[in-house]
Amino acid sequence: MKIACIARQVLDADQRLATLDGRVSHDGVTFVLDGMDAYGVEQALQIRERRPDSEVLVLGLGADRVDGALRHALSMGADRAILLEVEAELDPLTQASLLAGEIRREGADLVFVGGRDAEGDSSALGPAMAEALGWPHSDWTTSIQVSNGSIVVEHDTDRGRERLELPLPAVVTTQQGLDEPRRPTLQGMMAAQKTGCERRAPGIEGDVEPRTTIVNEKVVVIERRGEILEGSPEEAARALVQRLGAAGGLGPGAGDSP
Amino acid sequence: MILIVGDQVDGRLLERTARAVTAGQHLADHLDGNLCGLLIGPGSENAGAAFARLVPRVITVSAPSLEEFRVEPWTTVVADVARREVATAVVLPDTRAAASLAPRVAMRLGMPLLEGVVGFDTLDGDLVARRFSHLNRVVQTLRPRSLPLAVTVSLDAFPPSPERANGGRVESTAVEVPAQDLRVRIVDQTISQQSSERGARTRVVVAGGRGVGGPEGFRDLVEPLAHVLSAEVGTTRPPVDARWRPYSEQIGQTGKTVAPDLYIALGISGAMQHVSGMNRSKVVVAVNKNPDAPIFRSTDYGIVGDVRAVAPALISALRDVLVRNPRSPDPSGPNP
Repeated sequence: MKIACIARQVLDADQRLATLDGRVSHDGVTFVLDGMDAYGVEQALQIRERRPDSEVLVLGLGADRVDGALRHALSMGADRAILLEVEAELDPLTQASLLAGEIRREGADLVFVGGRDAEGDSSALGPAMAEALGWPHSDWTTSIQVSNGSIVVEHDTDRGRERLELPLPAVVTTQQGLDEPRRPTLQGMMAAQKTGCERRAPGIEGDVEPRTTIVNEKVVVIERRGEILEGSPEEAARALVQRLGAAGGLGPGAGDSP
Repeated sequence: MILIVGDQVDGRLLERTARAVTAGQHLADHLDGNLCGLLIGPGSENAGAAFARLVPRVITVSAPSLEEFRVEPWTTVVADVARREVATAVVLPDTRAAASLAPRVAMRLGMPLLEGVVGFDTLDGDLVARRFSHLNRVVQTLRPRSLPLAVTVSLDAFPPSPERANGGRVESTAVEVPAQDLRVRIVDQTISQQSSERGARTRVVVAGGRGVGGPEGFRDLVEPLAHVLSAEVGTTRPPVDARWRPYSEQIGQTGKTVAPDLYIALGISGAMQHVSGMNRSKVVVAVNKNPDAPIFRSTDYGIVGDVRAVAPALISALRDVLVRNPRSPDPSGPNP
């Protein structure tokens, strides 16, 4: 089977954020493959291990630098990578239209997308791609079993968990804990170097005018006291209760028996 | 007309619907039009009466094919009603289900989508919306290109709407759901005992991570501490994966976001994915045996130690204070 994985590149979350001209600054920052997308790449590789006739294709969209996320996926073991080169900043729905167009051209039985990206904090890409393709989708997926022509997934819902059976082709969005993405090996990195990314212009049938634009970004500065309370557990606990009382953290209602 | 897609369980209207109504009212200050509610599935007629106390008109849609939430038939119903009623906006409370439903509806109707909106504004005469991005560390202002639009609203940002003096009317309508929408089969479901509905306002959250050691750690440490503080219990991803706790309690990028007055993290290392779900809390306390745990970078007060020793000490210290002064050690209290 042919499995496509979306690979987005996002700011490494462990960095400090700064803004420049009302936008989050990209000066001197590192970009990484989005962790939620990496779950999908790992899942695709595991399916290929069980079904050796499978092909794992990774798809990226955006500026030249997105190449980095695709190379990471190739180093993990993906077979091919395609970068749809777009300079403009696009909202998730417009991205979904363009990526769906490429998937239609390439053909795929199964598409993995991260459940929520770490830059836009958006869950829209997977469902929107499924809608553009006319396919079913599963969100917040925690396990997946592939049979011929269908998959059975387990996923998180507002009220608990649910198992679903979806006919293929389908889109699956990942949930944290779906798997442990493997690290790129040296061998993988060398292979990725050789494979490289195919670069394409997105199909013209796509809707390239963004549906929303970001007019401003502001970093939320949260000052924390960072005070470590020393002493025995009892002493530290008493010190904490005293400080919480003074800070109003134990307001009316606290201590009321339900 | 602004269409509010309500949430109900077994005929009971969920409070987040009233929060979405408030967001819809804010939106109505910028876009003209009345609010209209939409309820889908069994129980809609019963919940419709409660919904009609919040908005002038409620549409209900029930059919055997709408017995359980599935995103495709729901998309068809919402899109059909929005089209028929010429809605300028479709507003949904931000839930797991809406995170899939709203983008599908927006794609089907060619609308811009605003996810997790915390406020609306006008900029140079245009409607703009504020939302969080970058793992909740950045506030973005977004301008939609056109109307109509789809919006999911962050529940913490909008209080529940009060009831109106005059009740609205409830009407049921039919929507044709094509067989293709029913191609996904529900094999089985596990409903957590914990309700998915949050209280009116979560003032205190006590959360446990992998470091509490197991389900008995939650029973013996996290829950008793939460009880003393009348707090809600929260958790991180690993205990959910290990099935110690239900997903409804998971806080973080892939769970829910909370912003209480006081957040106590027990045995939580503080991965960015978790911190992004609680970093808007007013006061953060962490107990962890590892002094280098990243959680201490996001903490107001930290205690380095074994949760099995610190949590009982904390419970006893809190009891002393709360028994002496059951209302509040600080008469001014936090802001309501």
